[in-house]
Amino acid sequence: MQRQVALIKQSLFDQKIIIRTQMEKYMQGYLDEQFVELEELQDDANPNFVEEVATLYFKDSARLISNIEQALERGSFDFNRLDNYMHQFKGSSTSIGASKVKTECTMFREYCRVGNAEGCLRTFKQLKKEHATLRKKLEQYFQASK
Amino acid sequence: MLNPGQGRGPDSGVAGGSSNSDPFPAGLRVLVVDDDPTCLMILERMLRTCLYRVTKCNRAEIALSLLRKNKNGFDIVISDVHMPDMDGFKLLEHVGLEMDLPVIMMSADDSKSVVLKGVTHGAVDYLIKPVRIEALKNIWQHVVRKKRNEWNVSEHSGSVEETGQREDGDNNSSSANNEGSWRSSRKRKEEEVDEQGGDDKEDASSLKKPRVVWSVELHQQFVAAVNQLGVDKAVPKKILEMMNVPGLTRENVASHLQKYRIYLRRLGGVSQHQGNMNHSFMTGQDPSFGPLSTLNGFDLQALAAAGQLPAQSLAQLQAAGLARPPSLSKPGMSVDQRSIFSFENPKIRHGQMMNSGGGGNKQMNLLHGVPMGMEPRQFAGGGQMRVQQQQQQLSGGRAVGQNVQSSGMMMPVGGGPSMLQQQQQVMLSSSVPRRSETSSGSRVLPAAATTQSVVFNNFSSELPRNSFPLASAPGISVSYQEEVNSSDAKGGAGFGNPSYDIFNSYPQQYNNNNDWDLQNMGMVFNSHQDTTASAAFSSSSSTQRTRAEHVQNHHQQQQFPSQSLNHMNGGGSVRVKSERVAETVTCPPATTLFQEQYNQEDLMSALLKQEGLPLVDNEFDFDGYSLDNIPV
Repeated sequence: MQRQVALIKQSLFDQKIIIRTQMEKYMQGYLDEQFVELEELQDDANPNFVEEVATLYFKDSARLISNIEQALERGSFDFNRLDNYMHQFKGSSTSIGASKVKTECTMFREYCRVGNAEGCLRTFKQLKKEHATLRKKLEQYFQASK
Repeated sequence: MLNPGQGRGPDSGVAGGSSNSDPFPAGLRVLVVDDDPTCLMILERMLRTCLYRVTKCNRAEIALSLLRKNKNGFDIVISDVHMPDMDGFKLLEHVGLEMDLPVIMMSADDSKSVVLKGVTHGAVDYLIKPVRIEALKNIWQHVVRKKRNEWNVSEHSGSVEETGQREDGDNNSSSANNEGSWRSSRKRKEEEVDEQGGDDKEDASSLKKPRVVWSVELHQQFVAAVNQLGVDKAVPKKILEMMNVPGLTRENVASHLQKYRIYLRRLGGVSQHQGNMNHSFMTGQDPSFGPLSTLNGFDLQALAAAGQLPAQSLAQLQAAGLARPPSLSKPGMSVDQRSIFSFENPKIRHGQMMNSGGGGNKQMNLLHGVPMGMEPRQFAGGGQMRVQQQQQQLSGGRAVGQNVQSSGMMMPVGGGPSMLQQQQQVMLSSSVPRRSETSSGSRVLPAAATTQSVVFNNFSSELPRNSFPLASAPGISVSYQEEVNSSDAKGGAGFGNPSYDIFNSYPQQYNNNNDWDLQNMGMVFNSHQDTTASAAFSSSSSTQRTRAEHVQNHHQQQQFPSQSLNHMNGGGSVRVKSERVAETVTCPPATTLFQEQYNQEDLMSALLKQEGLPLVDNEFDFDGYSLDNIPV
């Protein structure tokens, strides 16, 4: 499948659309254009670039998630601190193209802004779910690419 | 403009390798700073794809030390805004101040306030994450633009210098001299450029270099260096070393220094104040204010540089503003001028006050205070220009009036005399705490913003004492800057910057308050005219101190809303400065300076014309001092 994708990529004019179509079919909106941008950075000299980035992302975001979890468990709801964490999380997620995760981040920050603790907790749960799903899907994706 | 033929032969470090015929911008040396490892990796990959030489860094402190160790090792810096160890804007200030490199800010945050903050702090660009490679492909333009400006400055200085260094003839004949020596200085410049051999420099040298102009940022660097060395002790060679501007020669600096000294003399100490202020900022006479000093100094320089113009324009504005309450301004002016210019010990009193907060900003504010209320629109226009200049120079963000600050400032402006007084009080009282804040290095623009209002207030309080007319504000502001420099004032935020920011952000407010503020000021002045003006003239430090105390007392007596108090915190330091300036300034010589300033083309005059305000020289009876051509 990868080879076919690559061939189509080379032969067609608008490569992005093709890739996105394939990707979207597989990823179903979990990843956006940014991910395609990253894929384009990959070349013979950097064949595993995207996978490396994804690995790094999950490692770093796991750390952020646990930080947020601790902050939430404390029950004190330091919205500023939470917002800071989430800002970082959103930045990474945006850079890798994790669109669903990014949406959850935005919602979480909005709840922080208005000081809605209940909303924060709820959104965070959803965020973790999306994050885990994305991780699984990407793992499968990279497996299939090899 | 680039010569494709010029190859960046050497291995640019790109993973894929670069061909020897790669034209500029390949090989551009980029330092990227971001605490997010994912983003950092992606950016590095993207930049390498653009054939840049990338160094990545995840901590701002490391980035700064890298930059300091390799002063000329990088062409451009890209930094994230939110970083745990240091705020991105702070890094921006440092880089602009110490290395004068273009800095691009980036963030996932695309809110207008943050983007504006980047602008006011002098970032050359602001990228929203996720950063696309297309956005990175063109970052070289910022490098070239900056180098062009620097060359312009060098050329200008060179031409001036070639015309002969005269102690007092420069201002009068600099233009003519420049014409004649332009070619020779240009040749010299090109030689220097060729020797450097950098690709980008080579490219730039092929560009037509206009006459050297001491841009705002370059002048800021110059003033910072001078302040650090001490106005009287500054020698071109040392200044040149401190400035570390490629292509700038000792002769450029020498001629500029001459002009600067003349300018200072003309201001009758106002410039001295600036110089002092810069000095204090830069050197951090007060150790606790060290970090701030740097920033302040930088800002101060910017202010000074920009202030040359703005001061003039301010003067114009002030003059215009003063025109409104003509009765007040006229009589007071002469007195104020004297007081402004007779700064004998600017440092002493103001130093303390200035430390409290962005002194530089405050100084500007003083002057601005008067005209600000009057001509907010004018400032906005001028501010834009200055902002651009600032951006280019990546000046420390001090000058930048934070949005918050601006709002704070607005309040004082709109508050009228009582507000002003309150603000003044607030400033004074808050000056001390301010200092501690600033010394911690957490200086933020807010000071600038408040300073503006403070300045305004200061004037009202100051004027009564010294019977300074509003019109004299410009001179005063200049002196404030100097005083601030001399004093330990830390808050030397860009002199002109804060004012600009504020104006830009709140032109409406200022406009509305113009008349009211002026009137109020006038009222204040009137009431104070009776106060002993002798203090103003006495330049003794003790007098200054007394006056400062007096001012403080004066302020304390006034009531001030909590809001203004908060706002004024930033401005407190400014206020102090203004006081000092007023105290130390002696009038007469300054008048001519102002007149000259007003006459010179600058944003302010343009703005004034737009506003329909008469130029200051109508209002002030200056001696017709010929203003030194200190181009900004």
